[in-house]
Amino acid sequence: MSKYTEDDLELELKTKEYEYGFYTDIESETFAKGLNEDVVRAISKKKNEPEWMTEWRLEAFRVWEKMTEPDWANVKYPKPNFQEIAYYSAPKKKPKLNSLDEVDPDLLETFKKLGISIDEQKKLANVAVDIVMDSVSVATTFKKTLGEKGIIFMPISEAIQEHPELVKKYLGTVVPTTDNFYAALNSAVFSDGSFCYIPKGVKCPMELSTYFRINEGGTGQFERTLVVADKGSYVSYLEGCTAPQRDENQLHAAVVELIAMDDAEIKYSTVQNWFPGDENGKGGVFNFVTKRGLCETNAKISWTQVETGSAVTWKYPSCILKGNNSVGEFYSIAVTNHYQQADTGTKMIHLGKNTKSTIISKGISAGKSQNSYRGLVQINSRAENARNFSQCDSLLMGNACGAHTFPYIEVKNKSAQIEHEATTSKIGEDQLFYCNQRGIDTEKAIALIVNGFSKEVLNKLPMEFAVEAQKLLEISLEGSVG
Amino acid sequence: MLKINNLHASIEEKSILKGLNLEVKAGEVHAIMGPNGAGKSTMANVIAGKEEYEVTDGVIELNGEDISELAPEERAHNGVFLSFQYPVEIPGVSVTNFIKTAINETRKAKGLEDMPAKDMLKMIREKSELLEIDRKFLSRSLNEGFSGGEKKRNEIFQMAMLEPKLAILDETDSGLDIDALRIVANGVNKLKSKDNAVVVITHYQRLLDYIVPDFVHVLHDGKIVKTGDASLALELEAKGYDWIKKELV
Repeated sequence: MSKYTEDDLELELKTKEYEYGFYTDIESETFAKGLNEDVVRAISKKKNEPEWMTEWRLEAFRVWEKMTEPDWANVKYPKPNFQEIAYYSAPKKKPKLNSLDEVDPDLLETFKKLGISIDEQKKLANVAVDIVMDSVSVATTFKKTLGEKGIIFMPISEAIQEHPELVKKYLGTVVPTTDNFYAALNSAVFSDGSFCYIPKGVKCPMELSTYFRINEGGTGQFERTLVVADKGSYVSYLEGCTAPQRDENQLHAAVVELIAMDDAEIKYSTVQNWFPGDENGKGGVFNFVTKRGLCETNAKISWTQVETGSAVTWKYPSCILKGNNSVGEFYSIAVTNHYQQADTGTKMIHLGKNTKSTIISKGISAGKSQNSYRGLVQINSRAENARNFSQCDSLLMGNACGAHTFPYIEVKNKSAQIEHEATTSKIGEDQLFYCNQRGIDTEKAIALIVNGFSKEVLNKLPMEFAVEAQKLLEISLEGSVG
Repeated sequence: MLKINNLHASIEEKSILKGLNLEVKAGEVHAIMGPNGAGKSTMANVIAGKEEYEVTDGVIELNGEDISELAPEERAHNGVFLSFQYPVEIPGVSVTNFIKTAINETRKAKGLEDMPAKDMLKMIREKSELLEIDRKFLSRSLNEGFSGGEKKRNEIFQMAMLEPKLAILDETDSGLDIDALRIVANGVNKLKSKDNAVVVITHYQRLLDYIVPDFVHVLHDGKIVKTGDASLALELEAKGYDWIKKELV
């Protein structure tokens, strides 16, 4: 983390507007607004999908049509009109690329603004990047290195073409199309996303990374991610999001499915920075995400997330601990400022014996925002000796924000051990004065205190991501005190 | 160094300092004593710039510059250091990280680059040895779970690292056992030079056995009512404050 200096921070803090609020003018092809079976078919056709995939989407659409949008979350927002959304948008120039020279220069410029230098990442960070730009992947690197190990890492649309047997076998097995309103919608219209398969016994030699962005005004983005770690394999997957500034609300409903087979381990890290709306609560992304992982025997899944963006967040990365001795972890930092609302947490479903789960949730609320933790720990009757530890800490700034905790615990086996700890604290005037007296101004002091508060979770992120996450925390809370 | 003239300050409309005068020259050690509620901690906080206090009249000069309108961090950049009576906890922020941030923010204010990590480490090593601090202590979260003695020693460690011109020690002796008191006092003595000044606020003479003041002031009802040399502290210890109050009537 030493690369990031205070000077960098100061520069960041000077940026009053949403930092990534720019818009790239790349010619794109967008469907007319609205959703019906024809649109679903058209999306599928556009992507040259096989018949089974089209049917799968249509089935999801028919289920979705009968569902109603859930309203149990502790968030208030105008319900999106799903007929007012365009469901497909792809950059027109979709070349097959062998090198970066072939990438659209505008796009490269965008990446530069985002601080994503692919070249640099190649050299420094040892990261293979599969970049999803407005629904369609336009650049994939490191494919070759990964290929040598038999690792498949590609846009899911390509995987449907090239590895249909794998996709067909696993897609929708962890998050069924019928799971919930947004998952059904995603299943019907998902545009693209990533597919990753790690063969038996293979340790993925680098962090796999995807950057998602929403770019076309008015188009929702529905990514689909599927990560399959075969027996005894290991992968660390990074997902980061930034979105351009927009006046109208943008809908984002992703589905992520993870499958960790026997003795496999998946680490899934997210830094989420969708446009949160301005300081008056205008605009911002609606983020309704379904993320779930399945652990077989001795497998482990860790979710680490840093949520700083979105006007409304609805997101519960979960683990189904099916196999004996499997382990689920959830480490989360959720920051809300201004009028942001977040209802986020996790579900740990213990099915197997000796299953273990850990939940560390850090909520930071400022401005007039509302920040809720909602978590379920479920110990089923056959889950002998299951253990869970949950810790939910909330940090409040000012008097106008709210922090809420909704822990649900269901235990059907007497041998379970469940611990739940929760704290709520406020950044005190005394803490700020103490820092001020040592020469640290209030803005920097808040950054310091917040980073300290979030440390347990930040430490779980891979190095490069931790730096980015730390910056995001600071930017997000900019101007939140005095 | 420090020149306070006719200082009046209040908190929530309640007047606490009522015409305080104090002059501290470089190289001097001043002790401020006085009964509870006399305004000792208020004086320290007002010099450091705590915003809850309103300065209604008077001037605080540091090296000829009026600092009474400056933000607390700007006063710190100008060399004011306050050792807190009750140091606050900052969970998750290590002592090292905190002091590094403080030093680099101060350097930045002066237009200097960050202190190179190598120099920082060297300085941390030297100063922690000076104050007999186990370096494991420096990776702990700031003041979290520290004993009273550890908190105060940590304050003096920060003072050693920041090398202030004017150090105000607000009841640094409270909560210290005799060994910790000796270590802290030794530290302060070693840091003393002809270029800096120390103001020691204390209830008890005990600390002044170790940090010998050039001047002892008695603060009563928001004003300095008596000034003497080190022997005044002994006299106060023996006789209490009542005789001074009587003198005033």
